[in-house]
Amino acid sequence: MPRFNAVITLRVNDQDVAVNSDLPAERSLLEALREDLHLTGTKYGCGEAQCGACTVLIDGKPAFSCVTTLAQAQGKSITTIEGLAKGEVLHPAQRAFADAEAFQCGYCSSGMIMAAAALLSRTTTPSDDEIVEAMDGHICRCCGYARIKQAVKDAAGLART
Amino acid sequence: MRLDEDITTDSIAESHDDDASQVIESVAFDFGPGVSRRSFVQLLGAGIVISMTAGSPAAEAAPPASREGQRRGGGGGRGGAPINLGARIHIADDGTITILTGKVEGGQGARQQLTQAAAEELRIAPEHLRMIMADTDLVPDDGGTYGSQTTPRTVPAVRQACAAARDLLIALAAETWKMERGGIEVRDGAAVAINGAAGNGATSQSLAYSALIKADRASEAFKQAVPRDVQVFAVREWKVLGTPMPRPNRHDLVTGAHHYPSDIILPGMLYGKILRPPAFGAKLASIDLAPAQRQKDAVVVRDQSFVGVAATTTWQAKQALAELEKAAQWETPPHPSSSEIFEYLRQNAQGGIPANPHSDLMASAAKSLKAKYDIAYVQHAPMEPRTATAQWSDGKLTVWTATQRPFDVRRELANAFRIPEERVQVIIPDFGGGFGGKHTGECAIEASRLAQAAGKPVGLRWTRAEEFTWAAFRPAAAIDVEASLDDQGRITSWHFININSGQSSIASPYNIENKHSQYVESAPPLRHSSYRALAATANTFARECFMDELAHAAGIDPLGFRRQHLDAGSRLRGALEDAAVRFKWSERRAANAETEAGERHGVGLACGMEKGSFVAACAEVAVDVAQKSIRVLRITQTFDCGAITSPRNLMSQVQGAIVMGLGPALREEMIFKDGKMLNAAFKSYTVPRMSDVPEMDVHLLDRPDVPSAGAGETPLIAVRRPSATRSSMRRACACAACRCGWPSKLQVIAIGGGDNSVAAGK
Repeated sequence: MPRFNAVITLRVNDQDVAVNSDLPAERSLLEALREDLHLTGTKYGCGEAQCGACTVLIDGKPAFSCVTTLAQAQGKSITTIEGLAKGEVLHPAQRAFADAEAFQCGYCSSGMIMAAAALLSRTTTPSDDEIVEAMDGHICRCCGYARIKQAVKDAAGLART
Repeated sequence: MRLDEDITTDSIAESHDDDASQVIESVAFDFGPGVSRRSFVQLLGAGIVISMTAGSPAAEAAPPASREGQRRGGGGGRGGAPINLGARIHIADDGTITILTGKVEGGQGARQQLTQAAAEELRIAPEHLRMIMADTDLVPDDGGTYGSQTTPRTVPAVRQACAAARDLLIALAAETWKMERGGIEVRDGAAVAINGAAGNGATSQSLAYSALIKADRASEAFKQAVPRDVQVFAVREWKVLGTPMPRPNRHDLVTGAHHYPSDIILPGMLYGKILRPPAFGAKLASIDLAPAQRQKDAVVVRDQSFVGVAATTTWQAKQALAELEKAAQWETPPHPSSSEIFEYLRQNAQGGIPANPHSDLMASAAKSLKAKYDIAYVQHAPMEPRTATAQWSDGKLTVWTATQRPFDVRRELANAFRIPEERVQVIIPDFGGGFGGKHTGECAIEASRLAQAAGKPVGLRWTRAEEFTWAAFRPAAAIDVEASLDDQGRITSWHFININSGQSSIASPYNIENKHSQYVESAPPLRHSSYRALAATANTFARECFMDELAHAAGIDPLGFRRQHLDAGSRLRGALEDAAVRFKWSERRAANAETEAGERHGVGLACGMEKGSFVAACAEVAVDVAQKSIRVLRITQTFDCGAITSPRNLMSQVQGAIVMGLGPALREEMIFKDGKMLNAAFKSYTVPRMSDVPEMDVHLLDRPDVPSAGAGETPLIAVRRPSATRSSMRRACACAACRCGWPSKLQVIAIGGGDNSVAAGK
């Protein structure tokens, strides 16, 4: 049987927030972000960690929020696409994706950008292979991979300056 | 609330004459008989409107059925306008200019392209324009967004309307300044007297549009229709078109601020789930709703075979759905499996498979060949699965959803609930991919039925598994080809039969005296849909593979063989030769004749034309014989779609089309058995990822002398059903046999064995 928590408190984008406590802690982080907190920038794409559209940062590391339970997310620091910019200043990955127009429909962009941000936090000089490895869990059905790869390189350049 | 007929999946919705090639299988709903009007002015503010008027070029961009609808709306004018008067341009009193279009944005770039078109003719910076797309209460019906029609039809319609507005603004300025129109031009959103020649007491040489529309005559002037002879700027005068304009909403896309249809959240909204049959064609025999109804806050709906639930969260809706699934009894009819689908389609060819009318030429020819090609069912799998949020208010239904046919989905909703179309508003926020697959409104209808029962707004978001299973498919194809050659290596007869998938690009572009091409319907077991480039991919693949067979039989290089069957100076031959030169075809072909240890390289090429544009691709692949795997190393593609209006977006479309085409070329194939889809997930239906992307060299041939054709589809056909990659593969395998049209078979094609080797079956 699902475990019910009296209150589930999450730290999302540097704020403490409470989510629906009538529901079990097995509920996905993705659903709570979207339905309880109305942070809809994080997308549902497959629900089984195969496409990357739901990627958020948990304690700075990329995670598929669709297979992350609230229990697993509790007490950790979660960053969504809405919290990536510092005020009006876009993260280098956001700037690079916008400038390179590394999207067609853009539905995969949130997840792609979060993955790119996580990569850049590890290295600002990623090799081509490292970029492909970091991004290969993310599907873009418009297949704009050429520009996405270029945008990650551009973002690394911005992060170095 | 009643449902007169079961939900069926076999009704083909009527389609507009112009768009007969679109494959549209709506799901028929009838939910029986079930509104304050929002004011146009309330939304856009007082101001002046230019409308599409019947008979004007702008109106002719819309399909006939829609023109009929427009006549109801009538003229235009200042303020107090009726709902949806087919307005194309609105200039508010504060000078804000809004362009309205029934086209949708699903990633293909229509928002950007139409903004460019309007900015060009109005001579105003694109960032000062607002674009409202696909809100059926506000915009003109520009027909569906499909068939590469935005570029050749809607862009000209928007340009015509904006050019007409420009002419009227110049006329108003001329009258104000009491000077000839010829002395006035427009720039930066203002009319300007050339050389400062404003005469007779004018204190300013420039009048902003917002000031001009305040002239007494303005509203009267703007009531006229867009005239036929309105002059748009010539290509050489373009300042915005033809340049790489940034996408208008890029900031919202990288910050998560854009609200896709699945991001629409209304106050008090519930989340829905639909009970799906366990197999294709299964009928609900019985169901006990009580266990689901006992779930907290669950609203359970049964309307004959429609069963669904809405609850406060998706999690709760899922619990109730699980109860419904446990309590449902189904009757499941037999259903053909993917392993036998091509035999099934051939056996069910309507009227039988036509005989070759040139069989005498086949018999007497120096050489004659026959081949069969099988092309699997595939899914579009857009990143955003089908979604809708529905709200009933005072008998009016408003639905936010993703569809490529907003006005047709409005009609589907009106029909399903037996209410007038005027009481249905369909709004299409820019959405997460369609690729020809989002033509119908079943998700919108399902959400609306749940919302009707719940008395609250309901959001329905299909799961990935639902998207793979219950969205319509690109039709599978069984293709039979025969041809004869004379002793000079010229094709003397050609017989080409497409069973089941369609007739796009079915006519061979090659010069052949005796040609017979025919599309034959079958009895498809799955629901069909359009797909980017429709059947052009299957037909181009089969034709180009067979051209390689013929070239081989004739002892001629595949490039030379194609050239000798195309007119010198033709656009298709131009594209082919350009791609071959850039690829260094002859050099790479010679080099690739040699094999490497464990891996064999091969090259291939293909070309085709569709919807007024021309494409050719060359590819190099590596085949790992032991692993039976293929890597595409590089693709060179040349694309000619006439005058290029949006180069940056075009490059993105072409690169994306190439990579998308690699999916079905190498791996994608829906596998089903006993009515169940066996690979309805991204882990088993493997679409291209970044690691699949080959080295790409894309060349866009700009032809300012030729009208612009749409470009979202044709760049795919020379790769998808990978004429290029598949024939490369066959060369790499030194395999002259032809049953290579199917990804799973491709994996086990016999390697080696010289020219007479035959591809092994499964």
